Amino acid sequence: MKETKKPIIEIDHITYRYEKENVLEDIHLTVHEGDFVGIVGPNGSGKSTLMKLILGLLKIQKGSIRLFGEEAGKFKKWHKIGFVSQKANSFNTGFPATVYEVVASGLTKKLGLFKFMKKEHQEKVLQAIDSVGLLSFRNRNIGELSGGQQQRVFIARAIVSDPKLLILDEPTVGVDAQNVQSFYDMLNDLNKKWGITLLLVTHDIGTISDKVTHVACLNKHLHFHGVTSEFEQLKMNEMSEFYGHDIHILQHNHDHVHHGGAVQ
Amino acid sequence: MIEGILQYEFLQNAFFTGMIIGIVAPLIGVFIVVRRLSLIADALSHVTLAGIAFSLFLEKKFMPTSGLNPMYMGMAFSVAGSLFIEKLRSVYKHYQELAIPIILSSGIGIGVIFISLADGFNTDLFSYLFGSVSAVSRLDLWTILAISIIVIVLIVLLYKELFLLSFDEEHAKASGIATKSIHFIFIVMVALVIAGSMRIVGILLVSSLMTLPVAASIRIAKGFKQTILYSVLFGEASVLGGLILSYYMDLAPGGTIVMLAVVILAGTILFKKLSMRSY
Repeated sequence: MKETKKPIIEIDHITYRYEKENVLEDIHLTVHEGDFVGIVGPNGSGKSTLMKLILGLLKIQKGSIRLFGEEAGKFKKWHKIGFVSQKANSFNTGFPATVYEVVASGLTKKLGLFKFMKKEHQEKVLQAIDSVGLLSFRNRNIGELSGGQQQRVFIARAIVSDPKLLILDEPTVGVDAQNVQSFYDMLNDLNKKWGITLLLVTHDIGTISDKVTHVACLNKHLHFHGVTSEFEQLKMNEMSEFYGHDIHILQHNHDHVHHGGAVQ
Repeated sequence: MIEGILQYEFLQNAFFTGMIIGIVAPLIGVFIVVRRLSLIADALSHVTLAGIAFSLFLEKKFMPTSGLNPMYMGMAFSVAGSLFIEKLRSVYKHYQELAIPIILSSGIGIGVIFISLADGFNTDLFSYLFGSVSAVSRLDLWTILAISIIVIVLIVLLYKELFLLSFDEEHAKASGIATKSIHFIFIVMVALVIAGSMRIVGILLVSSLMTLPVAASIRIAKGFKQTILYSVLFGEASVLGGLILSYYMDLAPGGTIVMLAVVILAGTILFKKLSMRSY
């Protein structure tokens, strides 16, 4: 990671609890412009909670999050951030809307209240649909598409407003195995060609490890963070063995001692 | 019938009111149906009944000559009911549908009490329950026209936001849309349209005018705008067809309108089936 790159997300000392139990403890994470960061963790590791905190869907209890250099609580430029969630969570497959209409809804916030789509916006929508390879499906109802295609529609909806950062929460849940690889190839293109910073949360590290530039592991604590190079190498070997891939470990320049056993 | 409309003011009132609610009820109904809130329309119509019964009771007991229009009290109750539903939905986060039977039964309970206090049923109340052509006044027509213009303008202005809220509420929140305010405006619009529409089709049938045309439209429409277009066309056809049929065949207009909507719904289901088979 080059030091000259602008930090896009700065998570500092974040702790979050539901009722009596901490879901996240003392999380630090900095994502820089152009990164493709994968956060991996088992179910219940606090991945979704972390996403929701970043997106402002949950109130920060302890610690701070800065987005594009601004305090998350005061952040207003949400159109800079695209979000793709687990499709199954929030989507009624019988909804009578075309691919075009769904993607166009991604411009809602950017256009603002009481504003209507102009020709340039319509072209933008078609461009986004094209970039996920669904142009010929634009007038189909979204319910008629396969799971993988639907998830591409949601990517198109997220990128139509030209976000600088795209956050994906388990985007391949419900996508059949043979389409997962091409889905990640498309993400890779977005990162490399469009220069969109990606933060991907998943429990499935196998498929992403050769695409992402950094990996962090989350299980209440964010592991492999601020580690010494020795520890990093050790953990890297373990991880590589475990997943069968070469993995880059997320590095940060904080001076903290962290859970995970690293002492600096 | 055209001569009748030219000749009698009450027929003009009924006809124009019908034309207006034939547009606005299915229009807002599309958003109700896709958000899976169909039963809210039922709950609110029963709350409207409570308001009308309260108004009739006030008129009977305290100000017999005031000429208070019960529709206004119905609207006030309906809007208040919509706010209670929202409150209850946040109280019972995991049982959001519970809000509907709670409000619905409270509405009937209050309604029945006021009806008995006002010395029971009369033709006035009957016309509110089942709708009536002759009971629509010029004032009703103007009120319903005003409500409908407001609702249509709001839906056009907030179309993007309402679409996103309906399609994917979480995403709407995450992209920084004021979902709470938009939803609040929406539910108040629903309450107003219900109170306005019940004049023609009646309290017991008003929700059908918001859901049946949409149910038919969803079967065959491509996309959301087309769903709205077909819903309004089906709604308008049901209302106008129902009014004309009931005029010539001397039937209850509310029931005729609703049954026509049911026939259209059955027709679209059949059409969809046949067109699927021909592939």
